[in-house]
Amino acid sequence: MKRSARLSSVINRLAPFLGLLLVILIFSLMPEVQSRFLRAANLKAVATQSVIVALGALGMTVVIISGGIDLSAASNIAFTSVIVAAAVNAGIPPGPALLAGVILGGIIGLVNGLLITKLRLVPFIITLGMMGIARGLAKWLAHNQKIDAPLTWLNELMAKSPHPPWLLLAPGVWLMIILAVLMAVLLRKTVFGRHVFAIGSNEATARLCGVRTDRAKIMIYALAGLFCGLAGVMEFSRLTVGDPTVAVGLELDIIAAVVIGGGSLSGGEGSILGSMIGVFIMSLLRNGCTMMGWPNYIQEIIIGVIIIAAVALDRIRHRREA
Amino acid sequence: MTSSGSLSPALEMRGIVKRFGATEALAGVDFSLAEGEVHALLGENGAGKSTLMKILSGALRADGGEMRLAGKPYHPSDPRVGRRGGVAMIYQELTLASHLTVEENISLGREPHRRGFLRRTDVRRKIRETLDFLHHPEIDLDAKVASLGMGARQIVEIARAIMDRSRILVMDEPTSSLTREDMDRLFQVIRKLREDGVGIVYISHFLEEVKEVADRFTVLRDGRNSGGGRIAETSFADIIQLMVGGKMEALFPRTIRTPGDVLLSVEELKGGEMSRPVSFDLRRGEILGLAGLVGSGRTETLRTIFGLDPAEKGSVRFAGTSALSGKPWTRIEAGVGLLSEDRQGEGLALTCSLTDNMTLSRLRPYRRFGFLDDSRRRAAAAGWIDRLNIKAGGTEQAVEGLSGGNQQKVALARLLHQEAEVLLLDEPTRGIDVGSKTQIYGWMNRLAAEGKGLLFVSSYFPELLGVCDRIAVFHRGMLLAVRPAADWTEEHLLAAATTGKAS
Repeated sequence: MKRSARLSSVINRLAPFLGLLLVILIFSLMPEVQSRFLRAANLKAVATQSVIVALGALGMTVVIISGGIDLSAASNIAFTSVIVAAAVNAGIPPGPALLAGVILGGIIGLVNGLLITKLRLVPFIITLGMMGIARGLAKWLAHNQKIDAPLTWLNELMAKSPHPPWLLLAPGVWLMIILAVLMAVLLRKTVFGRHVFAIGSNEATARLCGVRTDRAKIMIYALAGLFCGLAGVMEFSRLTVGDPTVAVGLELDIIAAVVIGGGSLSGGEGSILGSMIGVFIMSLLRNGCTMMGWPNYIQEIIIGVIIIAAVALDRIRHRREA
Repeated sequence: MTSSGSLSPALEMRGIVKRFGATEALAGVDFSLAEGEVHALLGENGAGKSTLMKILSGALRADGGEMRLAGKPYHPSDPRVGRRGGVAMIYQELTLASHLTVEENISLGREPHRRGFLRRTDVRRKIRETLDFLHHPEIDLDAKVASLGMGARQIVEIARAIMDRSRILVMDEPTSSLTREDMDRLFQVIRKLREDGVGIVYISHFLEEVKEVADRFTVLRDGRNSGGGRIAETSFADIIQLMVGGKMEALFPRTIRTPGDVLLSVEELKGGEMSRPVSFDLRRGEILGLAGLVGSGRTETLRTIFGLDPAEKGSVRFAGTSALSGKPWTRIEAGVGLLSEDRQGEGLALTCSLTDNMTLSRLRPYRRFGFLDDSRRRAAAAGWIDRLNIKAGGTEQAVEGLSGGNQQKVALARLLHQEAEVLLLDEPTRGIDVGSKTQIYGWMNRLAAEGKGLLFVSSYFPELLGVCDRIAVFHRGMLLAVRPAADWTEEHLLAAATTGKAS
């Protein structure tokens, strides 16, 4: 009995991974694209395209495990991309400009956390409001236009072919991988991580056990904001301009990635590895569909089906466990 | 059974048996109710009252026995069948939708319509008539239920039952959240219904109001009838004797211990959820019992001491250090631990593992350069699983898969692991098997012998008498008396908790 329990828990952990393999398998069997799909150059492009959603998903995973949600993620990304562009445009060196973007993203998250805990309102409402506020600020700051900025090393973070070439992957991709590992360690190996899971599983219990739930939640949203800030930097790097209308609706892609990766919107469940796999399932699907020459709407339908199927499978597994 | 011959039995229950696994909750109970009668159903917690009423309503099915409603066999398979048969329950927690209006609540599920369009005039007239009949014409049909007081909500609930043409109403602790004024109005309604021939089963712990409103009474004890009769001809003392019975002394381990210094001192403490300030001391090596009925203020007191509810005034001092305001984490650092009465909702994180649940309140020893040492954490959890004899598949199993008794032992293990000096235990043995209970009593004794202080809230008087050094009684928010356990008897405790007078 013990062994079968362990086996089923291994299968549970592998389920998103199996989904990823399935997507790869399907496209590598399609005669139209099989020669191009698994090429290194293509996979490299997919990895680079995934960076922005992946960074957002790193923060969102923590938020969702704690039983919350951050709808302001995409607006925050647009806001910080405008900040960085404006900073570089004003002659500020790229390094400080990058830091400014990340920190301002973090401040937006911090405000989310403070409002959620001090006003005792649900995260959905607070971050829904912040979604509008951050987007509006971005447009205001940019006078409703794109902000051009001179090329700096910031734009190489998301370059298709990295410089120097021995890096193999764009610096942004490496950053994403390193941060994903750090976040997985943070969630699994630290006191803060335990508290995140405890709050998501049962906030009342966490409070009873002396967890400073308010402080932890403020930190969780601030952390998510920092990741949005970094994603905003990447967005600027990719576009080479600051565009206040970029990434509309991207928060739903980020949430979908976390959910496909096993995150539960009622809290207490989720993992960084799962969310990252969720991100890659979505980007590989997009990539494969584009290669097949399928129209955009087909991709949207397929991703919609995958979200529902992933969560339904998750529920079925849970029911069997209980 | 029907002593009053002129009344015909509206309900007849004979030899009702109900088993939950190996335990027999009801072992052949008889109960009858005449038309136009208010019949009080009495007994201590766990005597079988609610099980019997759940069988009557159809929420549970009996394993044996016979029921007749107005002479016809009646075996409801679910509560809807019971409702159609004319049996309505008015529960302690009301079942109204607070976002809807009075009219919408009363007509919910049976809205009269023509081709899908609501026809409200008829139903509004009928509701008006019903509320007038209940002498409550002031209730506004368009008021949201959330805006009504508890008393008015109860009337709405009763109106809904009457509109259903219910002939039997079961009221479970209907006055527990009412003011005296609302209570008098409720009693008027009950008398009005009685005149109209409705039979009412009235469950309450408050003997005075039972005497005020009921005609007959039946007492249950340990799932059996222990007596009954006309309430006017019976004294409180006799009823209490029937409820308590000649109980066997349970085996409570008790080592000789002498209470030491004051460990926790509560002075004029009043929390946001408490109706009156309370004061008492707890010494080292002492178990202080807090007796009283559900809702009498014991849980609220514990929660205020622990900082889960905000304190408004007064003080709580731990071994000399003063602290009024405080959050649970400061209490835990001061060496206080709380075991919640709500094991599933608050006490445990059900989807988390045994290790996580046991160590959550003290993770500091496993922290090294900011990282958690999981192997040592698991080893610590394994030690407690062993010492408390917890039946589990391992340290990493989610606690939702454990039995109630084992879950409670995990909650206790958390306080032990936390090395709390003051343990606030809220109903630690409720709903768990006898074996686990005995082990928890054993641990309480051992902790007291080690010089820790324990506050023990329980609604089961024999265990308070068996385990505690001193016992305090709460009645409707007021702390009545603190006395050595030896000076109390079960009868005295019950009398104090139900009447508010400590004799």
